[in-house]
Amino acid sequence: MYDFAYHKPGSVADAVKLLTADPEARPISGGQTLLPALKHRLNRPTALVDLSGIAELKGIRKEGDTLTIGALARHVDVAESAEVTSAIPALARMAANIGDIQVRNRGTIGGSVANNDPAADYPAAVLGLGATIVTDRRRIAADDFFQGMFTTALEPGELLVAIEFPIPEKAGYAKMRNPASRYVMTGAFVARLRSGEVRVAINGAGPCVFRQAEMEKALSANWSPEAVANIRQSPEGLNSDIHGSAEYRAHLVTVMAKRAVAEAG
Amino acid sequence: MLAPPSPVTVEIIVNGTPRRACVEPRTTLVDFLREHLGLTGTHIGCEHGICGACSVLLEGEPVRACCLFALQVEGLSVTTVEGLAPARGELSRLQNAFCEAHALQCGYCTPGMLIACHDLLARNPRPSEEEIREAIGGNLCRCTGYQQIVDAVKLASGQEAAHG
Repeated sequence: MYDFAYHKPGSVADAVKLLTADPEARPISGGQTLLPALKHRLNRPTALVDLSGIAELKGIRKEGDTLTIGALARHVDVAESAEVTSAIPALARMAANIGDIQVRNRGTIGGSVANNDPAADYPAAVLGLGATIVTDRRRIAADDFFQGMFTTALEPGELLVAIEFPIPEKAGYAKMRNPASRYVMTGAFVARLRSGEVRVAINGAGPCVFRQAEMEKALSANWSPEAVANIRQSPEGLNSDIHGSAEYRAHLVTVMAKRAVAEAG
Repeated sequence: MLAPPSPVTVEIIVNGTPRRACVEPRTTLVDFLREHLGLTGTHIGCEHGICGACSVLLEGEPVRACCLFALQVEGLSVTTVEGLAPARGELSRLQNAFCEAHALQCGYCTPGMLIACHDLLARNPRPSEEEIREAIGGNLCRCTGYQQIVDAVKLASGQEAAHG
């Protein structure tokens, strides 16, 4: 690993100042993706800006119909939060099954969402619930946020501060994880919002999390696992690797969507 | 060419004692423990967040010491495998159970396994086989001694081993 300077600012403003002043500086929260990337020399920042001391990035709170989770909330914090468990139990269960316990004790929701790994869990919940990404300078709808493999709407130096989730009427998540790496092969997050809108987000299967419009339409008319049972996802453009072909992942989309609806109840 | 960042002093409470060293920012916690403090009980396996051999307790919770910089842990409390035994020359109940159930062959994964299992028993004193297997899901054993490791945790929790 190449060496770098280390900064630990105490506020979002100071962190953004450091990141803006040096385009080669990178923020670090849990570091569960960044550290391995640095070791493999896939990334060579001049400086790391440690966000862990910034109080504005912390906390989980429920206000009205919205659950707001600070960027620094670790997976274990989300899994064990009474607010999350009561407001969006599917989100708490998702967090409880990310990676392994060592990862859950360090990894953060902000880091996972900003990284947008195709095989990450959280992007499915953010897109499936139609959440809003709050940054140091603006608010971004989930539909505009995830732009491609490891690519988001975040600008250089822009910091993800919190995520606002609308509390849904019901939501469910199911995934097939690779038994060795525990990364998502294919997952489906389904939600029926209080506005009546139905959303289905698929992760792991393609280069970026995406919405499954046909399933959304079917579930809007009939919220039941049977409603999606005969909807086939096209394998075109899906990921194909040693762990599974695009055809296999396409098949899993239907299976996971069915299970997610069943879980949502 | 940029001048290399200068070393910084870091203080971490290790097994109950504040320990201080001068480190480069890129020094990982596991290198701090092994190279600077001479605590070689924590092993380095894959070095990129897969094998779990480097697991330690950070503020009582298992984390991978290879995926943390020492500077991120400034002022916090770390327990290594050396800190699990109640006293010098003794072993914990779990460590004794590992010996009894033959839960190690080469022993490379053992410190990480002990940390993960110690944490499991602290949270869940009578775990099921499924819960034990889930708890060690972040730790690899290349001797494939998982069965005996599960048996050892059962034994340490006062339950009969399923495969003894």
